[in-house]
Amino acid sequence: MSAGEPVADLRDITRVYRMGGHEVRALDGFSFTFKKGEYWSIMGSSGSGKSTLLNLLGCIDRATSGSYRVRGQGIEDLDDDQLSELRSREIGFVFQSYNLIPQLDVLENILVPLFYQDDPPADGEERARMLADRVGLGSRLTHKPMELSGGQQQRVAIARALVNDPAIVLADEATGNLDSKTALEILALFDELHAEGKTILLVTHEPKVGDRAERTLRLRDGRIDEVSENRIGLASGGGAP
Amino acid sequence: MKRASLLGTVRLGVNSLMLHKLRSILTTLGVLFGVSSVIAMLAIGEGASEEAQEQIRKLGSRNVIIRSVKPAEDLVRGGEATRVSSYGLTDTDFARVSETFPGVLRAVPVRQLQQEVRLNDRALNPRVLATTPEYVAVTGRPLSEGRFISVEDQLRFANVCVLGYEVARFLSPFESTLGKRIKIGAEYFTCVGVLLPRVPLGADQPQPGADVTGELFIPLETGRRWFGDIQTKIRSGSREMEEVQLHEIVAESESDEAVPVVAAAAREMLSRQHKQIDYEVVVPLEQLLRAQETKRIFTIVLSSIAAISLLVGGIGIMNVMLATVTERTREIGIRRALGAKKSHIVTQFLVETVVLSIGGGLLGIALGLLIPVLVERFADMRTIVRPTAPLLAFAISAAIGIVFGLYPAWRAANMDPVEALRHE
Repeated sequence: MSAGEPVADLRDITRVYRMGGHEVRALDGFSFTFKKGEYWSIMGSSGSGKSTLLNLLGCIDRATSGSYRVRGQGIEDLDDDQLSELRSREIGFVFQSYNLIPQLDVLENILVPLFYQDDPPADGEERARMLADRVGLGSRLTHKPMELSGGQQQRVAIARALVNDPAIVLADEATGNLDSKTALEILALFDELHAEGKTILLVTHEPKVGDRAERTLRLRDGRIDEVSENRIGLASGGGAP
Repeated sequence: MKRASLLGTVRLGVNSLMLHKLRSILTTLGVLFGVSSVIAMLAIGEGASEEAQEQIRKLGSRNVIIRSVKPAEDLVRGGEATRVSSYGLTDTDFARVSETFPGVLRAVPVRQLQQEVRLNDRALNPRVLATTPEYVAVTGRPLSEGRFISVEDQLRFANVCVLGYEVARFLSPFESTLGKRIKIGAEYFTCVGVLLPRVPLGADQPQPGADVTGELFIPLETGRRWFGDIQTKIRSGSREMEEVQLHEIVAESESDEAVPVVAAAAREMLSRQHKQIDYEVVVPLEQLLRAQETKRIFTIVLSSIAAISLLVGGIGIMNVMLATVTERTREIGIRRALGAKKSHIVTQFLVETVVLSIGGGLLGIALGLLIPVLVERFADMRTIVRPTAPLLAFAISAAIGIVFGLYPAWRAANMDPVEALRHE
């Protein structure tokens, strides 16, 4: 797959929630294409539809109408199992509250997406160890999440998001629970991943964080409000500012 | 790969359960006690009924026992100090049974005498039974030593006796009584044989047949010659005299099928020949069938209790699993987001439930097998553990895990991943 190839292609996406008696259009005719190797931040005030967009991108929610293709694969016709399989292969999630599974150790947590694949790669564990090294936790493989700091847990979560070599890494307020120093470390890690050619979508409401991305997509009332290129993000290409 | 991942799922399930050790242990208790009580109760019930059936079988399941019973109105007439009451089976009855009844292989008459038995300075009052040589064959009593009464003894009115094991041991604890002269009433009898002891029948019920704790046998006609037909009983100041020709007739049927025929014939004949009800007909086979019916009912009752206790245990497990599912909503959301299919979630929770219930089941089997051992040792009751009981208990506990785990697992699997992830 070459750079610039569309990895997430959304066409005329509408997502309507029914709340009480009336309808809420969280996304309203949203169309956009994220390409391979891009590093986007998705911003917007609360209620702008960014969480809905993230859920749709992550294939844990379905659009009311419109079409969505992940690496060319349309998801509308997939049943629940196929959609789950798609998530385990093409999506890497990084959550605000890390969301590691408490009873599993570091290595097992990293391996979870592969565990659920129909035909997991033979070298999965090797890859997980490499990724743990890559995020600086190679010596903590048998630790439980409780025994790690917030920053370390988020590093495990990032390793987990990469273990299946996904089409997109979706980070949802990934630095929201961290102190500023640790947040910078995590953002530096994203920069590095971007430099390695990973496609990263960073949902945030913090401008400081959003500005670290290569480009920013700003939402408002379920539509695209503004698309901008960030000088810092473009210039950094992997290093810290 | 599928195999490996199932094994992994079981391991993960155990891990999750170990996070809440106390809760998991408490949850298994329901199944544990259910399963152990099933096994223990069945073992005890099985043992008790087996014991009863064995005792009945020892009486001879092909036998029909007809006994003389003192009619009720005689007991009421207490005013008279001395009178002779005449009742019970007669020699004619015996002749009818042994000669004219269809299906009777052979029959033995038994007279019971009240006489003191003495050897040197040791005396006791056993049941002195005057009977015929066929007695041992019909009742299936084995000999310990010597021989039983012979035809020749009968014909010669010989003064010979055969002792029950307990009587022999009482009269002569350390040496054989064979050849000894035993005094019965005022007469001397030579001991020619000793019977083997018989396990006493249930102590609380009067048993048909003979009092096995103390018996002594003499030839029928010898007894009649020496002791006559009238016996005197001294009871609380009054003397009672009874004339009873025969106390018991034991009729052996040709086959099991003939038993009801013989019993019916006996009942009909007696009701026609006797003006009062001074007899009873005891059919061990009928008792056996009744015991089996009792056992069947007992088993049904026990099974119902067991089923209820297992149901309660299962509901306990389901309750805890529902709480667990709610508590782990977020984990379910994470797993779904990371690619877990619904079937993975179902498997995960089902495995946890089955591990809980099988764990409880195995501990329950261990406890259930231990209880009968303790009951045998301390309560002196017979117990029988059928090999099917633990297997059945194991299968049931596994089934409980699946049945009561399905709904919580289904609930977990059908959560909306978005909602589940948002759950605190």
